[in-house]
Amino acid sequence: MPYNLVATRGKGGACRFSGGKVRGVPADTDLVAEDLACRRGERLVFAGLSFRLPPGGALVLTGTNGSGKTSLLRLLAGLIAPAAGRLAWGAAPIAGDFAEHRTRLHYVGHQDGVKPGLTPRETLVFWAALRGRELRREASTLDAALAAFALEPVADWPCRWLSAGQRRRLALARLLLIPALLWLLDEPIAALDHDNQRRLEQAIAQHRAASGRVVLATHITIEMDDAAGLVLDAFAPPPGDVAED
Amino acid sequence: MMRAFIGLFRRDLRLALRQGGDTGLVLGFFVLAVVLFPLGVGPEPAVLQRIGAGIVWVAALLAALLSLDRLFQSDYQDGGLELLALSSLPLELAVLAKCAAHWVATGLPLALTSPFLAFLVDLEPAAIPTLTLGLIIGTPALSLIGSVAAALTLGARRQGVLLSLLVLPLYVPPLVFGAGAVEASAAGTGARAHLLILGALSLAALPLCPWASAAALRQALE
Repeated sequence: MPYNLVATRGKGGACRFSGGKVRGVPADTDLVAEDLACRRGERLVFAGLSFRLPPGGALVLTGTNGSGKTSLLRLLAGLIAPAAGRLAWGAAPIAGDFAEHRTRLHYVGHQDGVKPGLTPRETLVFWAALRGRELRREASTLDAALAAFALEPVADWPCRWLSAGQRRRLALARLLLIPALLWLLDEPIAALDHDNQRRLEQAIAQHRAASGRVVLATHITIEMDDAAGLVLDAFAPPPGDVAED
Repeated sequence: MMRAFIGLFRRDLRLALRQGGDTGLVLGFFVLAVVLFPLGVGPEPAVLQRIGAGIVWVAALLAALLSLDRLFQSDYQDGGLELLALSSLPLELAVLAKCAAHWVATGLPLALTSPFLAFLVDLEPAAIPTLTLGLIIGTPALSLIGSVAAALTLGARRQGVLLSLLVLPLYVPPLVFGAGAVEASAAGTGARAHLLILGALSLAALPLCPWASAAALRQALE
């Protein structure tokens, strides 16, 4: 089912997406964005952007190049601060507790963070350690994450031998290594072949069935039930608009 | 948090040793730079003995400098820095873990090689333990101070040159007291004061530099 377009431009006019099977979950666990604006350098990328993402919900970001898809994802990850507006997890503003927010999310940017000198297995062990988990003796968890993206055959090769698609799959395997409530995916299907796109869609469906949330930016249509769409071009400030502080 | 610290330290060390490049390159440069001096200034033992400590220390500084631009550069380019920023480890401690790995992969091997190079420059045998001890105490400061410059110059064009300009003036205090310790010990006046100051430099850099580097990294992530 293709995703439908729900979010609209407007100050504070937040709209609530219904997230399929988790209807009725109290709204205080929603990821809330109110009137967000983002500035890169002198340029206002988008403004007046609001949405609510309930548990189990998915939000698909589309838009032309430079419309701020990556900026919005980095903003949601807390890597950059919004120029205006408010981000909150339920009632608690995210700006107040980034350390807590970081533990809630997985961010897969369009760079994979894969080191050519390590093997996929070592890379996953390192990524788990960064999240405070020791996996060197938990081979089953590692194998499950590798298997989910069909990486077993290359699990012990140095990553410098991997193709772009295999590196991308390794970055995506991180999502399954340690559970997190919110997945932020930047162009996750770029470089993926058809089979692996299916694997990703399956992983996302399972994640959402377990009340996980997904925000993903993409140019390619991805199969997802009940996802909301957000076209970032609609939030671009008119030319000559001056950014307010 | 401790797990993330150890994990990052172990990965950086593994990368430095596995790629061979890092540690090998630094040591090769160190040895060659020291060997060049007797060829340049002539083999008179009196001259070499006089300037030997300075030569070894300057060569160690330059060798440490050589590996600094790689401290954050690859993480910055491949997106690993974002993962570090989103890990359970505060960025300050992540910097500390990376500096510790950098020190084990460069500073420590430099210090352990220094006794052999001391023979090349005909250093007073009594002063050789002081040279090695001074390098062990002083090289952590080199890694830590260097991390600030490496973080500040991230993304800059000609990073290596800019890095050297920023970091070499800051390396003056460790150089002065490191070489001073060897000279004092060769002269028989005791190097304790010099070594204590060297240790103080490293200890002062320990909390201050990761804090400054983390601030610069956050700037680079914007």
